[in-house]
Amino acid sequence: MTPLAGYVLLAALLFSVGLVGALTRRNAIVVLIGIELMLNAANLNFIAFWRFGEHPEALTGILFVLFSIGVAAAEAAVGLALVIAIYRHYRTANVDEMDALKG
Amino acid sequence: MTISFLIIAVVTLAGAIAAVTLRNLVHCALALVGAFAGLAAAFLQLDAQFVGFAQVLIYIGAVAILVLFAVLLTRGGEPPQPQTFSWSWPWGLAVALAVLGMLAWAIAGSVATRRQPAAQVEATTKQIGDALMTRFVLPLEVAGLLFTVALIGAVLVAMREEGKSE
Repeated sequence: MTPLAGYVLLAALLFSVGLVGALTRRNAIVVLIGIELMLNAANLNFIAFWRFGEHPEALTGILFVLFSIGVAAAEAAVGLALVIAIYRHYRTANVDEMDALKG
Repeated sequence: MTISFLIIAVVTLAGAIAAVTLRNLVHCALALVGAFAGLAAAFLQLDAQFVGFAQVLIYIGAVAILVLFAVLLTRGGEPPQPQTFSWSWPWGLAVALAVLGMLAWAIAGSVATRRQPAAQVEATTKQIGDALMTRFVLPLEVAGLLFTVALIGAVLVAMREEGKSE
């Protein structure tokens, strides 16, 4: 296995683990953890392809990852605020018990 | 395929798997720190020092702590959960395995992964700052606006509703 294939495969495994967390857990916080893992797997792909790519001096991969990290942090803040707000309303953080559109 | 890459991969995957399977949410958040640290090491090994340290600062320093705070704020009088996984977990697992199989098949058949790395790659903080202030100045401004909106939005969403004090 080549080095790039190793990194890309690691990112694929990490993405799948995050997907398992987002699809199978009941707690909304662990669902968010899974989403963060998937975003991180994408970042690893960007950096790996930047390092092994054609024009690494253009820094495109690095800049994309920096913006992606920022957006992921904003997403985590808003997502966890939503979890806290929903917990305050329904007294639960389990996604399978939040089944009403009406407040 | 070096020893250091194998160690990083094992640490990252073990942290990630523990983060999504452990029952105790605090343990999940701490395992998540392990996964993020492994990823930061992978970024350092790929010569992306700035991204590696940004990963440590933002993910380990902010996101993991945010998750811990959310765990603490949503577990007040909750009884211990008898059921960690949803009833449809076999479906979720099957979908994830299908995605993994598809990705692994695509990676195995790809010619792009046979590339060898460029000999020497320079990505100093100065170069990144120059790029941010010239070619990427518009995305930077948009990101700044996004952060402001996200900050205000998160505070507003999590704020206690008026007149409904408990």
